[in-house]
Amino acid sequence: MSLEKITMPMVGKIVKLHVQEGDSVNEGDTMLMFESMKLEMPLIAPVSGKVKDLKVKEGQVVEAEEYLFNIEF
Amino acid sequence: MKVLETLRQTGFYYLTPGQIVMFAIGLLLLYLAIKKKYEPYLLVPIGFGAIIVNLPLGNLIGDHGLLRLFYYGIEYEVLPPLTFLCIGAMTDFGPMIANPRTALLGAGAQFGIYVGFVVAYMLGFSLPEAAAIGSIGGADGPTTIFIASAKAPHILGIVTVAAYSYMALVPIIIPPIVKALTSQKERQIVMKQLRPVPKLEKIFFPILTSILVCLLVPTATPLIAMFMIGNLFRECGVVDRLGKVSQDDLMNIVTILLGLGVSVKLTAEEFLQWRVLMILGVGLIAFAFSVAGGVLLAKFMNLFSKEKINPMIGAAGLSAVPMSARVVQVMGLQANPRNYLLMHAMGPNVAGVIGTAVACGLFLMLV
Repeated sequence: MSLEKITMPMVGKIVKLHVQEGDSVNEGDTMLMFESMKLEMPLIAPVSGKVKDLKVKEGQVVEAEEYLFNIEF
Repeated sequence: MKVLETLRQTGFYYLTPGQIVMFAIGLLLLYLAIKKKYEPYLLVPIGFGAIIVNLPLGNLIGDHGLLRLFYYGIEYEVLPPLTFLCIGAMTDFGPMIANPRTALLGAGAQFGIYVGFVVAYMLGFSLPEAAAIGSIGGADGPTTIFIASAKAPHILGIVTVAAYSYMALVPIIIPPIVKALTSQKERQIVMKQLRPVPKLEKIFFPILTSILVCLLVPTATPLIAMFMIGNLFRECGVVDRLGKVSQDDLMNIVTILLGLGVSVKLTAEEFLQWRVLMILGVGLIAFAFSVAGGVLLAKFMNLFSKEKINPMIGAAGLSAVPMSARVVQVMGLQANPRNYLLMHAMGPNVAGVIGTAVACGLFLMLV
């Protein structure tokens, strides 16, 4: 088992979380939608696995490169 | 007889076919603004303005007419620089300071201004007219208004409408040009995360840029200096109220005055020239060449640089902020679902605003 650390690609607000702690995701799934400069963008799962240590919630503003959660695969 | 006498006191009696055509154009602009959301903040006042300035006897644009007073704000070069102050208060130069190479792309995307200038001149426009028409290629409304009022006020209405219409069409104009000039592989290039920019750099940037750019191109000083003081309001951290009011309330007030002021130049006599179509055509050419200029310069820079630039961000040198950067972000995600170019594209985007002001400053100096 290894962990893939998911971070924020740029500063933005999390508009919609499509995953919860413990959920399985497949590579290519949209894990969440965030908004930066009034543009909504998806964050895509880089690997298939399980969501662990989720640290953010909807509506939260997150800085670039800040930790969001891990994917265990 | 009495009826005719009374009729003569109404506007109906004096209405010309040209004015009715302008009503239609005003309605079209309002339709685009309200229904299609094309630059609504400008096109609602301009569209409505196009109707009301063509009401005979309305006296909005005579010597002491209400809108004429607003237009003085343009003629005396107050409103466009004030708009720049407000835009400066909204602008984060961080992405450009973090990656100064992107400033070059903002300059490259002014290519269309010069192409538009040359093409317009070859089509028989005078040099000052050609400068105003070329400026459409900068995708920066206030700059176009600024140079047109100084050089060619008789076509100010047309070039302004053209500039804002094409700016609204940025999401439609950019993608095909970028796709034609880049390969799928280039569009997939992922760029390295930008370094965070410390506050001190952000404070020094507007001060040093003002001194340097205004010494270099003095005629651009009203625009650049106001742009930079607005930015200093934002970044210095001690005048938050000034920064905030510039971003919101002042921007809105200036927008109303600017939009209605421009409409003084939308009378049937001035707007309905056979050259309107030519100006719209040359404007579109200028716009397209600006996009191409930015993209091609990025590709050229990639020949020499180890850290590759995604050439699409060159297109964001088109200064419609932040629309062109957003378009690049969307195209980046299409090419590679993990490609986030928005912040990288903001570098050329904000540099483009400076670039357009400088290009027009050059015209003011030389033409």
